[in-house]
Amino acid sequence: MPTEGHPGVSSFRTRTAVLPAAGSGRLRGAAPRRSRNPLPALVLGLFVVFFVLPVLWLVLAATKTDDQLVHGDPLSFGSWHALRANWDALTSYQGDAMFQWLRNSALYSFLALVITLAVAIPAGYALAMTEFRGRRMLLIATLVVMLMPNATLVVPLFLEVNAVHLIGSMWSIILPYAFYPFGVYLAYIYFSTALPRELLEAARLDGCSEFGVFRRVALPLAAPIVALVGFFSFVANWTNYFLPYVMLPQSSQLPVQVGLGTLLDDVPQFNPTVGDLAVQRPELALATLLAITPVLIVFLFSQRFLVTGMLAGATKS
Amino acid sequence: MSTSSATTGRTTARRGTLRALWPGRAGHGFVAAYVVLLIAFGVVPTCYAVYFAFTDGNARFTGLSNFSRAASDFRFVPAVEHVALYLVFWLAALVVLVVGLSLLLHRLSARGVSKALRFLYYIPGALAGAAGVMVWLFVLDPSVSPVSFLLREMGFDTFGQVVAPGHLPLLFTLIAFWTGAGGWIVVMHGALNNIPHEVIEAARIDGASAWQTARRIQIPMVRKWIVYMVILAFAGGTQLFVEPQLLAQASVGVAGRDYSLNQLSYDFAFQNNDVNTAAAISVELLLVGLVVAALFVARSGFFDAD
Repeated sequence: MPTEGHPGVSSFRTRTAVLPAAGSGRLRGAAPRRSRNPLPALVLGLFVVFFVLPVLWLVLAATKTDDQLVHGDPLSFGSWHALRANWDALTSYQGDAMFQWLRNSALYSFLALVITLAVAIPAGYALAMTEFRGRRMLLIATLVVMLMPNATLVVPLFLEVNAVHLIGSMWSIILPYAFYPFGVYLAYIYFSTALPRELLEAARLDGCSEFGVFRRVALPLAAPIVALVGFFSFVANWTNYFLPYVMLPQSSQLPVQVGLGTLLDDVPQFNPTVGDLAVQRPELALATLLAITPVLIVFLFSQRFLVTGMLAGATKS
Repeated sequence: MSTSSATTGRTTARRGTLRALWPGRAGHGFVAAYVVLLIAFGVVPTCYAVYFAFTDGNARFTGLSNFSRAASDFRFVPAVEHVALYLVFWLAALVVLVVGLSLLLHRLSARGVSKALRFLYYIPGALAGAAGVMVWLFVLDPSVSPVSFLLREMGFDTFGQVVAPGHLPLLFTLIAFWTGAGGWIVVMHGALNNIPHEVIEAARIDGASAWQTARRIQIPMVRKWIVYMVILAFAGGTQLFVEPQLLAQASVGVAGRDYSLNQLSYDFAFQNNDVNTAAAISVELLLVGLVVAALFVARSGFFDAD
C-alpha cells in the first residue's frame, strides 16, 4: 500500500522524455555475460517463491474444506465439491453481503474513476499548455498533495464530512477518491512532453476554440494517459480501506475491502467469540480471491502496457 | 467552429482580444473542477483539522493542550516507537532488496526471463490493502501456512506466537514489501536501463567486476530514484493503519488496536469521542507528510519540468 501507484510517475516520465529513442536499447540485453555464478539465479528464484507462493496458496485454499486446509498438503488442490460448498456458504453469508460489497466497490471505484478522468485530464492539459494566473501555485499544490499519502487526510475528512452531515453517503468516499492529484500530475507531464505546442497553435489559428483544441487535438492523442490514470485510480480506489472504514457505518454500504474485515471477525479461529454466523477459513480465502479478481483482471489486461510498455520502456540511447 | 468563414474570422479576432485581456480564461475553465476538489478534499480538511487541533469541544482556543494531551497519553510514545521501528525495517528492506534485485534482473542476459520475473514480482501489487493482509494472516499461521515447516523450524507453533508484539514491525515490513516491492523493482529496472550502455561497457573493459560496476556507477546514477522511493515509502509508512488494524482483529488481543499513530487518532475520534485530540495527531501526521513532500519538491530535480 505505501507505494500506491506512485512508481508510475517516475518511469512514465522517463519514458515520455526519451520516447523517440525507445527502440534503440534493444540490443543491449544481448551482451554476453561472463560470470556463471549460480547465486544470482538462486536469489531471483527465491524471490519468485516469496512473491508468488502466497497467491498460489490462496487460489488453492479456496478449493478446500477447513479440515483439508489444516491437514492436507498446503499446495494441493482440494476438490470442486469443496469449492462449490465454500461458494455456497460465502454467498449465503448475511444474505447477499459478499456480492453487495463487490457491487459497492465496483460502483464507488467506477464513479470515482469517471470523475477523476473528467477532472484530471483537462486540468493536466491546462497546466501544461495554457498560461493562467495561479498556474504555478496550483502546480506546486498538486505536487505537494500528490506526495502526501492519502491516509493523512482520513480523520480530517471525517471531521469535515461529519460537519456537513454526509457521513454514510456514498459521495463521502467517491468524491475524495475522485480528487486525484497524481492523475493531474501524470496528465501534466504527458501533455508537456508529448504534445507539440505548434499543433495547438495551428488549431487555434484555424479558429478552433480552446475547448475545441482540447477535444479535437489533445484528447485523441491522450489515450495512453487516460488509460494510465484510469488504471492507477481504479486500483487505488478499489484497494482503499481506511477511508470507507471511517465514512460508511452500515454493512450494506461497505466496499469489499472493508467487508473482508467484517468476514474476518466471524472466523472462529481468529475470533473465538463468534456465534452462529461462523465463517470458515477457506470461505475467507475465497472471499479474498473474489475481492482481488477485478484488480487482477485489470492487471493482466494492462500487463504488457504497464510492465513492458510503460515501465520497462525507459530506455535511452 | 461551425460558423461561416466570415464570422469565424471575427470570432477569432474577438477571441484574440479576450485572450490578451484575460489570458487565463480557458486555463481557468479547464482547471476549475480540479480546483474545487482540491479545495474541498485537500485544503478544507487540512484547515479543519488544524482548527480542531487548537480548540476544545466548545470551540475555545486551547493552544497546544490537545497536542500535549495526545503526547502524554500512555499509548502515544509506544505508537511513535512502533511506527519508527517499522519505518527502519521497511526502508532498509526496500533500499537493499529492491536495488539488489533490480541490479540482478538487469544483469540477466535473457530479456524474456527478466520481463517474466518482473511481472511475477509485480503480482502481489494487486493485493494491496486488506486482501494482502488476509493472505498473510494465513501465511503466518503455522496451522495452515504453506511455509509452516519454516515457521515451526523457527520455533513458532501457533499464530499467537508468530504475531507476538515484538515481531510486528518485521511482519508489517514483510507484508508491505510483498505488495509494494514489485512496482519499485520495475521502476528501478527502468532507471538502470537509462544508464548509457557505453558507460557500463567502459567499466567492464576497464576490468570492473559486477559489484564494482554496481557500487561505483549504477547505484550513484540511479540515486535520485532511490531517494524518491525512500521519501514516498517514508511518507506512506507513517500512515500505517490497515495492517495493524486487521492483525489486531485476528490475533485475539495479542496485537493491540492502538499500535500505530493513525490507529490512535482513529481511537481518539471514535472510541473516546475526542475529535480534538484525534485532530492533533492527524495534524502531526499531516506535518510529516507535508514536510517530506515540500522537501522533495524543493530539493530534488524531479519536478524541474516547469
